[in-house]
Amino acid sequence: MKVSTIITLKKDVLDPQGKVIHQALDGMGFKNVNEIRQGKYFEIDINEEDPKKAKLIVEDMCKKLLANLVIENYKIIETQ
Amino acid sequence: MKSAVITFPGSNCDRDMDVALNKFGFKNKMVWHDDNELPKSDLVVLPGGFSYGDYLRCGSMASKSKIMQSVINFAKSGGLVMGICNGFQILIETGLVPGVLLRNKYTQFICKNVFVKVDSKENPYFKNLDKDIFEFHIAHNEGNYFCTKDQLKEIEDNNQIAIYYCNKDGQTENQYNPNGSKKNIAGIFNKEKNVLGMMPHPERMIDECLSGEDGSIFFKNLINNIK
Repeated sequence: MKVSTIITLKKDVLDPQGKVIHQALDGMGFKNVNEIRQGKYFEIDINEEDPKKAKLIVEDMCKKLLANLVIENYKIIETQ
Repeated sequence: MKSAVITFPGSNCDRDMDVALNKFGFKNKMVWHDDNELPKSDLVVLPGGFSYGDYLRCGSMASKSKIMQSVINFAKSGGLVMGICNGFQILIETGLVPGVLLRNKYTQFICKNVFVKVDSKENPYFKNLDKDIFEFHIAHNEGNYFCTKDQLKEIEDNNQIAIYYCNKDGQTENQYNPNGSKKNIAGIFNKEKNVLGMMPHPERMIDECLSGEDGSIFFKNLINNIK
């Protein structure tokens, strides 16, 4: 079973990379951007057929390694 | 006095630290990250470098390596653990010291000498130092210290801020902040002050001809404090 998760920076945390990407896009002519925040995306293929269980395992991974909960939020976005 | 330096895949300041510790009287042992047990030590050092290529988040993989469980136990039983640069990032990821280290504010790798000011000397690292301002070297991409408002209040109330970035006169205005760190924080302690994490490299300042002597002052004082 495949589970995907997205890790994003929390609202108040400075994102210098997002800012630079925003500036670059602005320079390229994309003038209508308000803000860009960069995050991470993981596709995890897991040996578990029960979607609920698989989700719980990935949630545990997010808490223990994939995300740093001081600055990041995680969201499990799809299971298939 | 015995010390141990942990080498992770990608550490590159481990041997510099070994040279520094031996120079000032420590009997140092190098310890591989995949070992389970620490040798008997008075001080454990997590060195600088790019452990695991800085994958995921700097220090995150190294913080889960086998030896770290012994390091955490050693720290929790009151042992002295010092993390420099990537070592600081690893300490942060273990949760032994609070906060996080973000990408530098101006998205540049910074490699230069800076001045830092020692905040409090009521700890085994800075006790008995007869000066407050030190010139150390920094070289990092992710040294922008960040913590929540509540955490900041807690670390200030507990005197956990170890050193601030400053100018040569000790002024800590924002213009002397190289990387965007909250409150110019360059290093912090855990609550008990036996764990120290800092971005600057004292081990690069131990030779008058090559760099400077402020690291020598730091290490000489440290070993005297431990004795």
